[in-house]
Amino acid sequence: MLHKNKKSYMMLVMLLIVAVALAACGGGKKDEAGKGTTDTGTGAALSGTIEIDGSSTVFPLTEAAAEEFGKENAGVRVSVGTAGTGGGFKRFVKGEIAMSNASRPIKDKEAEEAKAAGIDYKELEVAYDGLSIVVNKENTWVDKLTLDELKKIYGPEATAKTWADVRAGWPAEPIKIYSPGSEHGTFDYFTEVINGKAQESRNDKQITFAADTNSIVSGVEGDKASIGYFGFSFYEENQDKLKLVPIDNGTAVVSPSAETIKDNSYSPLSRPLYVYLNTKALEKPEVKAFTEYYLKNVANFAQEVGFIALPQEKYDEQIASLNK
Amino acid sequence: MSILQDANREQISRRRKIDWILHILFIAATAVGILALMALLVNIMMDGLSRLSPDLFTNYPSRMASKAGLKSAIVGSIYMVLIMTPISFILGVGAAIYLEEYANKNWLTRLIQLNISTLAGVPSIVYGILGLTIFVRGMHLERSLLSGALTMTLLVLPIIIVSAQEALRAVPRQRRDASFALGATRWQTVSGSVLPSAMPGIMTGVILALSRAIGETAPLVMIGALTFVAFLPNGIMDSFTVMPIQIFNWISRPQEAFHELAAAGIILLLGLLLIMNFAAILLRNKYSKNL
Repeated sequence: MLHKNKKSYMMLVMLLIVAVALAACGGGKKDEAGKGTTDTGTGAALSGTIEIDGSSTVFPLTEAAAEEFGKENAGVRVSVGTAGTGGGFKRFVKGEIAMSNASRPIKDKEAEEAKAAGIDYKELEVAYDGLSIVVNKENTWVDKLTLDELKKIYGPEATAKTWADVRAGWPAEPIKIYSPGSEHGTFDYFTEVINGKAQESRNDKQITFAADTNSIVSGVEGDKASIGYFGFSFYEENQDKLKLVPIDNGTAVVSPSAETIKDNSYSPLSRPLYVYLNTKALEKPEVKAFTEYYLKNVANFAQEVGFIALPQEKYDEQIASLNK
Repeated sequence: MSILQDANREQISRRRKIDWILHILFIAATAVGILALMALLVNIMMDGLSRLSPDLFTNYPSRMASKAGLKSAIVGSIYMVLIMTPISFILGVGAAIYLEEYANKNWLTRLIQLNISTLAGVPSIVYGILGLTIFVRGMHLERSLLSGALTMTLLVLPIIIVSAQEALRAVPRQRRDASFALGATRWQTVSGSVLPSAMPGIMTGVILALSRAIGETAPLVMIGALTFVAFLPNGIMDSFTVMPIQIFNWISRPQEAFHELAAAGIILLLGLLLIMNFAAILLRNKYSKNL
């Protein structure tokens, strides 16, 4: 009896192992077959794989392009990751990916690494975003903020402990400050514009760095004396929960909106979003087709996912530049 | 005499009071855990139930929440577990058999033992860094299903080894002695006598370890599992995504509809974990009855 039972489940285990091993091997063979067709993409039907990684801010745009492009070109497998702008560039300069999403321009150091690895690239602007400064709905005192006042709140030598320190006459309530974490391109851009140097920021008990932008939304929503910033799309989706702060940039007082971001009057906190393209990858027909498709349609996608499209002639120029 | 009795009564009532207070305290301790879990479940159910539809299984990810689904993520998760299972079973149980049945108990095996126990507590992201260095960059497996599955194998190995060792240790000494007395070799003893009675315990450990791997995100993000994958992997060298990664991406989006979708994904993942844990219990009950 014992003998029989022992055998029966040793068999069960063996079967399980064999089945899975077979499944894995079978998969491997199919993969080789798939690779064979990869290089023959010159015909009418395109095929191949395009790997993209980088900024999570730009991700919804590239995702939209990949989704729609995939419907028309079932043979091309486009995958998009969200390693962050810096994480994306790390892979891009090694030549591991064809395209990198970026919410800031490439840094000198990254450009040097690319050069050292023999990688040429093109920088494409795909949309605009406006960094939006928000405070709590019940905050009655903030009517606008100047760039200097923002530096008092976010700068590395920030002195403002309470709102009264930001501007005389405001209540002496301690400020609760929220900022995107240092892995975000949004943080890079904001610190460069406001504090003068990327990655230089206040870092004490009063500031909270958030990896997830939604936690900034709920943080500011829940505390009367709080302030935070993020991309415009997050404000658009949470308009009823937050109060948008107009920015005094020295020449005018401007609130971010589709118009002010597009005509650049919401300077300096409106920023372009980029896609970096490996020039060598562009020689592949599927990558070229995808890039053209992206630039032709991104204006529509931008609207759908909460960004602001560039003027049409900017897209046309960039499409023309692909063929040079 | 009556003074003594009074003193005794007082002492008894004090001890009863302490007993009663502690009783309440322990109930409260249990309730905190259960209430937190219930609050989480109710919260997720309210957000996600309305989004739980067949579309979630059949649609690929999309920029539009109404069209987005988990198809590639579900398939990715299942493939990953299918690749992991045989590798982690063979390596984990093999190591446990060596340590329990073959190795001499000396300082070296004690050192190995200590290392394995420590590894079981290492944060999962560290395994991600290890996987990135060894499998993705070192062995040039790229960001493939295979890299992901191997990284996850590293993550669950210590858990499997420790639980398999415990299962082997629970087999009575006499069984081995009887087998040796009949002239059996070590392997005959292990395969014929020890493993069969330890198998329910080993299987339970393996399944629980695998269900940990299914819910794990950090190491896969580290090795670069991707977020938008609108195709199914054709083989073990294809890029892939898994359920927790897709859920994480949905949660971090601005649109409310994606948060509901994420909640639906979490319900699905919880359901899967529940089924796996249930399977572990069933297996244990079935095979421990046969012994």
